[in-house]
Amino acid sequence: MVVSREPTPYSDVPGGVALDTAPYPVLLLSGNGSLLEASSSARTLLGNLPAGEPDALGDVAPWLARAHRDMVVAGSRPDTDVRGAVGDRSVRARASARTDGSVVWWLLDDTEQRLAEQALRVERERTAFLAEASSKLLASLNVERCMDVTAQEAVRRLADAAVVIGPRSGHRMRFVSCVRDGRPVAGTTGAGPDTLPGLAEALQGFPPVPSRWIDPTSAPDWLVPEGFGPVGSLVVTPLPGHGVPAGALVLLRHGDREVFDEAEEVFARLFAARAGAAVSAARLYAEQASITETLMRELLPPTLKQHGGIEFAGGYRPAGERDRVGGDFYDVHPDAGPDGETLAVLGDVCGKGLEAAVLTGKIRNTLHALLPLAGDHQRLLRLLNQALLTSPHSRFATLVLASARRLGDTVVLRVSSAGHPVPLVIRSDGRVEQARTRGTLIGVLPEVTTTTDTVTLDRGESLVLFSDGIVEARGGPLGNALFGEDRLRAALSACVGMPAEAIVEHVQMLTSQWVGGRRHDDMAVVVVSVPHGARLSMVGGTGRGRYTA
Amino acid sequence: MSEGSGTDAGHHGTGAAPEAGNPAAGAWAAKLWDAVAAGDEPSAVEVVLAALDAGSDTESVLLDVVGAVQARVGAEWAANRLSVAQEHAATAINDRVVAAVGRHAAGARSGPPRGRVTVACVDGEWHALPARLLAQVLSLRGWQVDYLGAQVPTPHLIGHLHRTAPDAVALSASLVTRLPVAHAAVTACQATGTPVIAGGAGFGPDGRYARLLGADAWAPDARSAADRLSRGLPPPVADHQPVDDLPHLADQEYTLVTRSATALVGAVTAGLENRFPAMRDYSEQQRHHTAEDIAHIVDFLGIALYTDDEELFTGFLAWTAGILTARGVPAASLLPALDLLTVELKDFSRALALLAAGRGTVAALVSPPPAAADGPTA
Repeated sequence: MVVSREPTPYSDVPGGVALDTAPYPVLLLSGNGSLLEASSSARTLLGNLPAGEPDALGDVAPWLARAHRDMVVAGSRPDTDVRGAVGDRSVRARASARTDGSVVWWLLDDTEQRLAEQALRVERERTAFLAEASSKLLASLNVERCMDVTAQEAVRRLADAAVVIGPRSGHRMRFVSCVRDGRPVAGTTGAGPDTLPGLAEALQGFPPVPSRWIDPTSAPDWLVPEGFGPVGSLVVTPLPGHGVPAGALVLLRHGDREVFDEAEEVFARLFAARAGAAVSAARLYAEQASITETLMRELLPPTLKQHGGIEFAGGYRPAGERDRVGGDFYDVHPDAGPDGETLAVLGDVCGKGLEAAVLTGKIRNTLHALLPLAGDHQRLLRLLNQALLTSPHSRFATLVLASARRLGDTVVLRVSSAGHPVPLVIRSDGRVEQARTRGTLIGVLPEVTTTTDTVTLDRGESLVLFSDGIVEARGGPLGNALFGEDRLRAALSACVGMPAEAIVEHVQMLTSQWVGGRRHDDMAVVVVSVPHGARLSMVGGTGRGRYTA
Repeated sequence: MSEGSGTDAGHHGTGAAPEAGNPAAGAWAAKLWDAVAAGDEPSAVEVVLAALDAGSDTESVLLDVVGAVQARVGAEWAANRLSVAQEHAATAINDRVVAAVGRHAAGARSGPPRGRVTVACVDGEWHALPARLLAQVLSLRGWQVDYLGAQVPTPHLIGHLHRTAPDAVALSASLVTRLPVAHAAVTACQATGTPVIAGGAGFGPDGRYARLLGADAWAPDARSAADRLSRGLPPPVADHQPVDDLPHLADQEYTLVTRSATALVGAVTAGLENRFPAMRDYSEQQRHHTAEDIAHIVDFLGIALYTDDEELFTGFLAWTAGILTARGVPAASLLPALDLLTVELKDFSRALALLAAGRGTVAALVSPPPAAADGPTA
């Protein structure tokens, strides 16, 4: 380039045509900032700068005038390009100093690049926002929390306030609103969805509707958060669900803010799609969980308590770590049989998991219906056997029945086993005995036979019913030993006089520690105890003891 | 040794010392202790009802009377003065006492209604009473409390959080051996956007393991847990990955040692029989005790590898040495077991460092060093 090859006096600078052939706009400025020469492209960019006026450039591009002054003072070329705006254009400038103190400025109009960069930055921010919002939305399967997160995230990026409206339940609409930097607030309204155009369709999930611009003055009162002030712009976007209506998202902006542009509306729809998916997944989960809960309630083991001065306690650990039910079951029925006997039942259905649990439910129902016959264990088991034989389930079950009644300070029990591990009796001197009962399992043979033992418990003594999962638990310090009846007996002999719950918990803890993290069968245990203390009627039940009048 | 405990005396961390301004609580606690130690449930219930009728504050009765007695139960157990069965009996009575206090206080809530909180013990944690006391205190202070009880499998806990969306989860662990499970539970709760406050002796006397595992808060007892919850917990940091808390797990030593735990116990037991031929004449029961003791050492070695905390292992060995001495077994009998583990784990550098430190601790406790132990622990 001629200008930089050798020092040339001002008069020798090739002007006009030569400068105009440069690929970029070029300016030649004197030391005091006044224009000496300009290419025609520079004149187009900067307008017609008058030559010889030191302040003229400062009016058009103050940043360039300043950079020029700085460079003249420093006497050396700046390391980097300088950048600034000229009108609506973005311009980069690079300088070459001349020995006479004048400077050549090479200019580059990078407006298009800057716009592209800015668009890229916005896109990146939006993508990052969507990714972050998605991971927050996916975290919870709770409908209310998903609605909270939707409102919070919407005000973080999209609007000054956001209202998430859920599908109608009953006569009221539930919604969550959130203003920028605020916390989500839940509310309900009795107003109909037709108070807001587009809302009814969005809540129905059909027909599909795009986001809608609403006249901000028509926003119903319930929609606008308290103290928000006049609404400048407002858009209603449906939250698309997975076949389940997820609701609608309303975005509001203050009057002094710019209205939503088209790109923002598209972006809002992208966000709404994610929020809608999360909310509807949460809604599906809640529906399923509620169904499971209802069906499961009948299958869960009951909470046992004291009946007629006799303590009953039970504990259950299903085979599957994630399960809550399985093939073992127990029940306690007060007033079943003569003399106000209470019947405790513990049983084990062949199999594990939900299928086995469903069968335990049938057996428990059948037993309940047969309670009037509980005075005769043989007959009750015979009828239960017939019921199981005629049912389409091909599974069998083992069972132990214990009918208990108080007799003075003692408790008299009739105990019958039908193919089940024989219950153990903890005596007050620490001996552990087996009840003398044997019988065939039920649901296999046309006839069942059992023998019934009569056991008398003194104060502090207990009867322990358990399923084979307890004694057949494999584990221990070396990993593969059976827990076994001997170990169970040894543990129980330390439980003289303990409350029934404590014995149950003790057995459960020992067996759980025995199996550690290994696989195990369903494990159930029920304990029938005669309380150790004297004043039996005042403890463990619902009374308040001697303070009860 | 019976089931593994925390290294501190008294694994029931929620029990608190009587409040300075409430000297009466100490007297009531002494009466309750007598009833509980005698297994006399009716008297125990009478003591707390009398304390309430005498005008004691319900929260104070729960924490300074029942909590203090339960802390003593834990301390007596840790000092080998109560058997596990006795501990269960005492705890069951205390549990009924709490129920009686709960019925007495039904409807008597103080303070404005607050949010909803879930209280649960981590899976495998049987000591439910500290969590139950906290649940009662929170309920008294106006919280809506979902108390899930002892040993809650993490999937059940998470299902509950999805269904109820509480403001926070209070997670209790009394045993340090439950820390890996507690870690998984903390992370899973946080992944649902629910902050976690950890409590119980398992998290360390100063809450160091709660911080290590990334819990959002920790409290030394039920009262401070309730105070902390009333200030509100910040939402958990998004994308908390468990491995970020414990980068040392990358060496796989924890995984490998835990996976081969039963094989290790078998090898060490066999090694001891070779060294001490007298052991071959042990009864089944004695062999079982020996294997159980070794299994506990391996358990704690695993937890020390998980937390990368040497003190956890040496503290456990010091406690075990004390228990063995109380049982009339020389504490030096721990040394051959540690030596055999050192041979078995020769490729694991962190485990070797822990075993060396443990050996040093036991050796220092055994003075003067005995010429030869009769046999290992039995």
